[in-house]
Amino acid sequence: MDEILKILEKDGRQTPEEIAAQLQLPVRQVAKKIAEYEKKKVIIRYKAVINDELVPQEGDARALIEVKVRPQKDKGFDGVAEKIYRFPEVVSCMLLSGTYDLLVEVTGNNIHSISNFVSQKLSQIENVQGTVTHFILKKYKENGDFFTVTSKDERLPVSA
Amino acid sequence: MKAAMNRKIKKAYPLPKLSSVAEQMPPSGIRLFFDLVLTMDDVISLGVGEPDFNTPWHISQYAIEKIETGFTTYTSNSGLMELREAITDNVRKTYGLSYDPVREILITVGVSEAYDLALRALINPGDEILVHEPCYVSYKPLISLAGGSPRVVSTRKENGFKVLPKDLASNCSRRSKAFVFNYPCNPTGVTYSKKELEALASVIREKNLFVISDEIYHHLSFDHPHISFPILDGFKERCLYLNGFSKGYAMTGWRIGFACGPSPLIALMTKIHQYTMLCASVMGQYAAIEALKNGSEDTVEMKNEYFRRRNYIVKKLNDIGLSCHVPGGAFYVFPEIPACFSSDLEFANQLLKEERVAVVPGSAFGRDCSRHIRISYAYSVDKLKAASERIERFIKRHQG
Repeated sequence: MDEILKILEKDGRQTPEEIAAQLQLPVRQVAKKIAEYEKKKVIIRYKAVINDELVPQEGDARALIEVKVRPQKDKGFDGVAEKIYRFPEVVSCMLLSGTYDLLVEVTGNNIHSISNFVSQKLSQIENVQGTVTHFILKKYKENGDFFTVTSKDERLPVSA
Repeated sequence: MKAAMNRKIKKAYPLPKLSSVAEQMPPSGIRLFFDLVLTMDDVISLGVGEPDFNTPWHISQYAIEKIETGFTTYTSNSGLMELREAITDNVRKTYGLSYDPVREILITVGVSEAYDLALRALINPGDEILVHEPCYVSYKPLISLAGGSPRVVSTRKENGFKVLPKDLASNCSRRSKAFVFNYPCNPTGVTYSKKELEALASVIREKNLFVISDEIYHHLSFDHPHISFPILDGFKERCLYLNGFSKGYAMTGWRIGFACGPSPLIALMTKIHQYTMLCASVMGQYAAIEALKNGSEDTVEMKNEYFRRRNYIVKKLNDIGLSCHVPGGAFYVFPEIPACFSSDLEFANQLLKEERVAVVPGSAFGRDCSRHIRISYAYSVDKLKAASERIERFIKRHQG
């Protein structure tokens, strides 16, 4: 991956000036490259990573759902996947190798609303053959960020 | 009544006269500043001499497994043979040098212990040891403690803080026995090309000096591959190569270093080590084995991150009025303070008081360094940015 993307993937708030200094490139070149990435949707958007373990909210249940799918002619899994990921309840949707086909992460107000989503929406989609729902109890790490360990600097403030 | 008597007895016992050598040793400039920083809140410290990364998890995990399976005993004085063999392999692959794991390698408690042992094994009364300045804080005091006399080879900003062959030659006397060399250098970050090393080597040969080469930052050479001193012609026999795991593998707290060199010297060092330390911690030694076997990708990743931060901080500091050269390695910059400040101590103290940013005064690293400060970039770019904004505000305020 391009160094500019690597830096922004870790910290989306870094400015073209800061990135240019680190990579020893002209600022204009970096700014132009970022604009291109944004235009081509290589960079889809910038957002904050929020530790929801520290701001628990009423009505924030999450589940991972294994979905078994019968592939369609010409479209394979893509058609069914799209029917699933278009639901606003679906946070992520991936096609996997292994014993099931799609892994779908959904959110809901509570266990019941997720159950309703699975029984009334997800399992009703044509070519969905079966589902297994796992409710998320606690998040430890996501996308490289720890959610339970505080990253306090334990080093002595001054050392040789 | 009894309690009162006890108090009386305690009061009556005066400590014997303590060691004058130890008492006369100057306190570390870093220590004085450290005590001050500890009394303050909300400090952004750029004074740390260790990586901000955690030890790669597979390394910690390997040591934990060893503890869980009962590997908690002493090891041989020289260190685990498996570790010495891994070092032999690593040094051969990296530098083409061949050290015998039985007679030419000693595992120590960090490079600090290896350095201390080397001095104690080398020095006879009256011997002079050449050391460049600025340099790591313990080089000179430990020479004195071992009964030698440190002789300083000053380096200057206009030469990028490099040791010049003519300066090394002109500082040699008949009593000069060895030259202590550290590159990439703490605190200046200076690295050397092969040509520059060869020029120094030729003076060292001519003056018949031995070399103690502290290469603890060898993973962090950014602009060219690090060249190890003992690879120079004839220097495997004339050099003690010191290295360790603290900086490149982010393993400072494990305290594992090593020395490779001529077997008579290693044997003497081992003799002292067996009386003073017995052995380095066994769990640290296992962690080091895992680091050598499976940690090379970690060191590259960390190096790339330091490289980007170096570029960022050097540009930023020069922009805000702290003029500095581009350090070729380690994770420090050694900028010059603006003329409106009377000394490094004034700069560092005022910066700490007014803006809550800690840097280390240059004079901690040498007598001619009172116009410099050491800034560590073992911090995220975010932190470096916040700190440099504070420093910029501070300098502008003082420049009026």
